[in-house]
Amino acid sequence: MADAVIHTENLTRKFGAFTAVDAISFSIGRGEIFGFLGANGAGKTTAMKMLTGLLRPTSGSASVAGFDVRSEPEKIKQNIGYMSQRFSLYEDLSPKENIRFWGGIYGLDRKTLREKSARLLEALDLQEAADTRLSSLPLGWKQKLAFSVAQLHEPKIVFLDEPTGGVDPVTRRRFWDMIYETADNGITVFVTTHYMDEAEYCDRISIMVDGRMAAIGTPDALKDEFGVSSIDDLFIRLVRPTPIE
Amino acid sequence: MIAPSAVRIAEVGKSFGAVKALGRVDLDIPQGELFGCIGADGAGKTTLFRIICTLLLPDRGRAEVLGFDSVSDFREIRRRLGYMPGRFSLYQDLSVEENLRFFAAVFGTTVGENYDLIKDIYTQLEPFRERRAGKLSGGMKQKLALCCALVHRPELLVLDEPTTGVDAVSRREFWQMLKRLKAEGITILVSTPYMDEAVLCDRIAFLQKGSVLGVDTPCGITGLFTRPLYAVRARQKYRLITALRRYPHAASAYAFGGSVHYSDKRPAADLRDLLAWLDASGLEDAGITQIEPGIEDAFMALMELQGETGTEGADG
Amino acid sequence: MKSFRGFVLKEFLHIFRDRRTAAILFGMPMLQLLLFGYAIRNEISEVKLGICDLSHDQATRAITSKLLSSGTFSAKRNLRSPEEIGPAFASGEMNEAVVFEPGFAARLQRDGFCDLQVITDGSDPNVSRIITGYTASVIQDYLGEQYAPFSAPGVVPVPVMLFNPALRSVYLFVPGLMALILMLVSALMTSISITREKEIGTMEVLLVSSLRPTEIILGKVAPYMLLAFINVLTVLALAFMVFGVPCRGSLPLLILESLLFILTALSLGIFISTITASQQAAMMISLGGLLLPTILLSGFIFPVASMPLPLQVFSNIIPAKWYLIIVRAIMLKGADFSYLWQETLVLVLMTVLLMAASIRKFSERLQ
Repeated sequence: MADAVIHTENLTRKFGAFTAVDAISFSIGRGEIFGFLGANGAGKTTAMKMLTGLLRPTSGSASVAGFDVRSEPEKIKQNIGYMSQRFSLYEDLSPKENIRFWGGIYGLDRKTLREKSARLLEALDLQEAADTRLSSLPLGWKQKLAFSVAQLHEPKIVFLDEPTGGVDPVTRRRFWDMIYETADNGITVFVTTHYMDEAEYCDRISIMVDGRMAAIGTPDALKDEFGVSSIDDLFIRLVRPTPIE
Repeated sequence: MIAPSAVRIAEVGKSFGAVKALGRVDLDIPQGELFGCIGADGAGKTTLFRIICTLLLPDRGRAEVLGFDSVSDFREIRRRLGYMPGRFSLYQDLSVEENLRFFAAVFGTTVGENYDLIKDIYTQLEPFRERRAGKLSGGMKQKLALCCALVHRPELLVLDEPTTGVDAVSRREFWQMLKRLKAEGITILVSTPYMDEAVLCDRIAFLQKGSVLGVDTPCGITGLFTRPLYAVRARQKYRLITALRRYPHAASAYAFGGSVHYSDKRPAADLRDLLAWLDASGLEDAGITQIEPGIEDAFMALMELQGETGTEGADG
Repeated sequence: MKSFRGFVLKEFLHIFRDRRTAAILFGMPMLQLLLFGYAIRNEISEVKLGICDLSHDQATRAITSKLLSSGTFSAKRNLRSPEEIGPAFASGEMNEAVVFEPGFAARLQRDGFCDLQVITDGSDPNVSRIITGYTASVIQDYLGEQYAPFSAPGVVPVPVMLFNPALRSVYLFVPGLMALILMLVSALMTSISITREKEIGTMEVLLVSSLRPTEIILGKVAPYMLLAFINVLTVLALAFMVFGVPCRGSLPLLILESLLFILTALSLGIFISTITASQQAAMMISLGGLLLPTILLSGFIFPVASMPLPLQVFSNIIPAKWYLIIVRAIMLKGADFSYLWQETLVLVLMTVLLMAASIRKFSERLQ
């Protein structure tokens, strides 16, 4: 891929004798929404930690936002955003305080931060709730805020770890609207999810089984290739042959 | 004559301080049914289930479970009930076998007495008998918790989000087990945030912000969606969604996997006009097909009908 | 009954499953007793004494040798002038200095009194007070031997410490330690174990089972009662055998009173668990609300009588205070029940009140 934002070649990570990630190679382009699927313990988290510069690969190479994961992990961290449903924001702080805190972490100057904060609160329709504690806000609002906060420093890639659990279908689609808008602005979105039907929202997906890439491609192409009617069925086809434990 | 009710709930409401968890809920679940409560976090599923399990007192209204009043005859209900709370309540430091034996003991029975009921599930756990519950995978924990809830052969099984956080394979296996338990004559009440599990129930109730938006069979509920529904596809999805929403006749446009589900305000949409509109919005590759609405389409339509699309329910 | 037995069995599994917890529960009493018995004590030995004798006569020599032969003072350093005292204290070579004025014996003979200065390190007031008092008593002793038969200058008090003549601090610590350990095992562990069930959600399942709330409470109490009782016996056995702490009163009475106190602590633990929802909150309340007052306000370390009045009043609601009075009376004074019924009654009342409140508050439903 010409303008690959993420590119890996034989990326491998071993923990002792156990190979958590086994020589995976793939490329993700600019503005692409990439769904990263796999059963628990398939190596998803390990792969994601390597891509975000938190874990050194045992062998193979990967570049993220143009930087090498091995030699320039700090540069990578400056160019990616990360959102997880569980850990992103402080529940006992207000939306405004959360924005200010994360803006500070990302090194925004005060003026930019003030402008961004105002624009963001307006876009999310959070002006009235700007000073209330996050814990009293609906889950859907928190998710949208967390997603926006992960983009405060205008990263090239946003990593979303299980972003939309536990919300109603309309709220979930509002969130996906935001993801589509982000991708439309040329930012790559890297999503891990448990919801197999959600995988069908992505431009391309990959399914990891036992540390390897068992499938990669657009949802439609994969369904054709394996002759299944949904990604859920595909997932079960790929994961089933291995024991459940 | 209809089967007698396993659960009958009339005008039940419950608030925690200023937070209204349940508005005014009416439900009637006949014996032997596999009944699903579908809703997001904070929709009131757990509160409803806890009232049915006699763990919470309703502020108003009346709940009758297996023919007993949930307030005055709660002991009778508890004796006949199997309950599996969210997050699989197991003792993490006890082994699989110890957990099962303990729950059998507190329900005044033994594992052997009702072994035929749990045999199918327990044989899958057998190889890990000595393993501590905390060291099991999500799917295994879920199976063990189900065994523990079944060990005294309850008449009514109440399962609060049993498939949350469990991978797709385990989820599918779990629903197969529920089908088998239903065949044993056990009434099953299950809640889930997953829309795709709704079709597996005999009947479902949509919960949103503490009220029931609709109760029906999966087929019946999709029948509530009366407008024609179209799947629209184009490569640039964000532009497609915005263009569809800007279209003057649009009733709704929601992303749905690879396509966008679009419904029109008019009884029959003018597809040629719509295509022209999309073309003018720079989406030359757009394609439209009419489709049958699914459960999720129906839920969203019901939410719109109740004016619930503005804000989401508070957590709780 | 079968379900109750299953419940108690499960509690024991919890206790022994986690080796570290089990080790702490059984090892801690011994460790603490050894710690308090050997390391943390109030009695002073090995006081490094400096003598600045500006007189060098038979009286000063006699007093000096009497001081050194008492066993409390270990080393002697001779100082030639009072100027050497300051640096010696600063370097830590000395804990006490005694200065005899010139012509000490002659003046004592002539005037019947003379000046003797005792200098101690004020940065450690407790030690200073004790060794000053000790020095004074040795000198008093000497004067008594020498002059009392002839010229008694007024009344000289001669203190005798009854029950603990050597002021061995381990005698005082053993009862306090028993109170502390029982509080910890009974109150802290039960409150944590009940709130843990609330936290992981098993309490919901237990409630919908056929177990009655009293069965749940008793099932939680029984294992910890046994555990606490084993701890009492361990501490007592160690106290007798290693430290030679006597039990002058009735041992069965002591054990019965300990069982009562265990019950008080257990009901406190259950009460805490009924008003808290998380293990963390239960732990904070147990540690902050029970252990600290037990250590600081029960008379374990600081005497109740020397506290400001509000704290003295407050100390009355600390069960350990009453238990401490009882244990000290039985072990050290040999008191029998007729002297202790009031304190016992206080503990009984506390237990009944807490139990009643817990059973009332322990809901058969969720909040």
